[in-house]
Amino acid sequence: MTGLMGVALIVALVPLVAVIGYVINRGGQVVDLKFLTKNIPITDRTIGPGMKPAIIGTLVITLAATLISVPLGVLGALYLNEYGNNRRLSRVVRFFSEVMTGVPSIVMGLFVYTFVVLRTKELNGLAGALALACLMLPVIIRSSEEMLKLVPLDQREASLALGARKTTTIFRVVLPAAAPGMLSGVLLAIARAAGETAPLLFTIGVVSKANPNIFSGTNTTLSAQIFRNAASPFVGAQNRAWGAAFTLICIVFIFTVLARVVSAVLSRRSS
Amino acid sequence: MSLLPPFSISDLSVRYGTRLAVHNVNLDIEPNRITAVIGPSGCGKSTFLRCLNRMNDLVPGAVVSGKIFYQGEDMYAQGVDAAAVRHKIGMVFQKPNPFPKSIYDNVAYGPKLHGKRKGLDDVVEQALTRAALWDEVKDKLKSSGMSLSGGQQQRLCIARALAVEPSVLLMDEPCSSLDPIATARIEELMAELREQVTIVIVTHNMQQAARTSDTTAFFTVEVGEEGQRTGTLVELGETKTMFSTPSDSRTLNYITGRFG
Repeated sequence: MTGLMGVALIVALVPLVAVIGYVINRGGQVVDLKFLTKNIPITDRTIGPGMKPAIIGTLVITLAATLISVPLGVLGALYLNEYGNNRRLSRVVRFFSEVMTGVPSIVMGLFVYTFVVLRTKELNGLAGALALACLMLPVIIRSSEEMLKLVPLDQREASLALGARKTTTIFRVVLPAAAPGMLSGVLLAIARAAGETAPLLFTIGVVSKANPNIFSGTNTTLSAQIFRNAASPFVGAQNRAWGAAFTLICIVFIFTVLARVVSAVLSRRSS
Repeated sequence: MSLLPPFSISDLSVRYGTRLAVHNVNLDIEPNRITAVIGPSGCGKSTFLRCLNRMNDLVPGAVVSGKIFYQGEDMYAQGVDAAAVRHKIGMVFQKPNPFPKSIYDNVAYGPKLHGKRKGLDDVVEQALTRAALWDEVKDKLKSSGMSLSGGQQQRLCIARALAVEPSVLLMDEPCSSLDPIATARIEELMAELREQVTIVIVTHNMQQAARTSDTTAFFTVEVGEEGQRTGTLVELGETKTMFSTPSDSRTLNYITGRFG
């Protein structure tokens, strides 16, 4: 039985190692300082760098999506766990956030396209961030609520017994205790959003020069560039797709490590 | 010190939903004494204790009826702020429950809550000294409260409760998760604190009640026709009398180990 488990593990590791190895191999050859700092060539035929607009786009759009979804998600989870308990509203919210985690991400893109893009008649970074935020919100609500559930009741009681009000108890005791765990859920959502392509297809458009302003003008991201360039018949574009994939993996990796460190520091300070 | 009894309780009953948990309790608790509440499991002694600082308000479906006067004021009257009540009446729980914060922040939590900003260092030192913990932790105030031993954690919780200067300390089986040595420390501490605060302690340990308390209240559980269990007060008296010549046969049976 142990042998079987070992074999299963090795088989499971094959695609993981192969994907990462192949991306590093192909993308590593393409990525250099020029690749990171130059604009995207206008034609697919051009061989050579760069991906700066997509890197900037990924960073600002993911940041905006995080700023929208994290406060909403955390406050929503606090409501569900601390106030809602078994009221109908909280049951409904909990049910729908569960359903929403399973909704294909392209549906979120379509939703934002119909409700925002068609009305404002503009493709921009904010529309993309909204679509990503819709995707992140249920993940953040569910994972944050799980972490809040883990905070022992007796700590809430200790605070209340000292004469603290419920809101004070939530913000000074419950939230700090749950924060390290909530952070990893939030990070998972960010990492997923940073790699999403589908919700951005009809919301941000495309651009070849960096556009750090999400409120106006079309934009682009690494994932969108991978999608466009990998389908191109030209080697120059294909290489840029590999480079973009490599860059994206590096960005997600850096964020994961950073969040692990912050999470470890937070939980060490408290235990 | 006022001469009014800290608590004057009349016709106190507690229901959880349709279940009657505590029925018709009448008693006065005297100032600057240790009152022990003893009785078999399920007799509602913890429920009773949790009425004294309105902690039962937090249990969904709990309904408290009857009257509890705290220093002459009806604690459950309309418009009385439960948080303000809990500020004046400290509580120590069965399981030590320090916050996952530093020792200093644990003790400073209560005073900060009530707006104290200056002189916190003194307040923390004083509270830890009163809880007989200062010497053990004075060099590591920044380390986590969770890193202490169980007995130290419980004394930290006592220090945390004392830091807001309560006039009453409610203790809900404070030694049930501690070893005998840690228990002895807490009992010594209670004897010292009696000078300054009124203590009500719930304990399942009769020897502890006999050792530490001045007054003992004995609760028992009555099983109704449909098997519903309801706690009620049997008698209240000087601890010495209660453990030698109780007036009710149920008390005698309990303390001699014939039931419970």
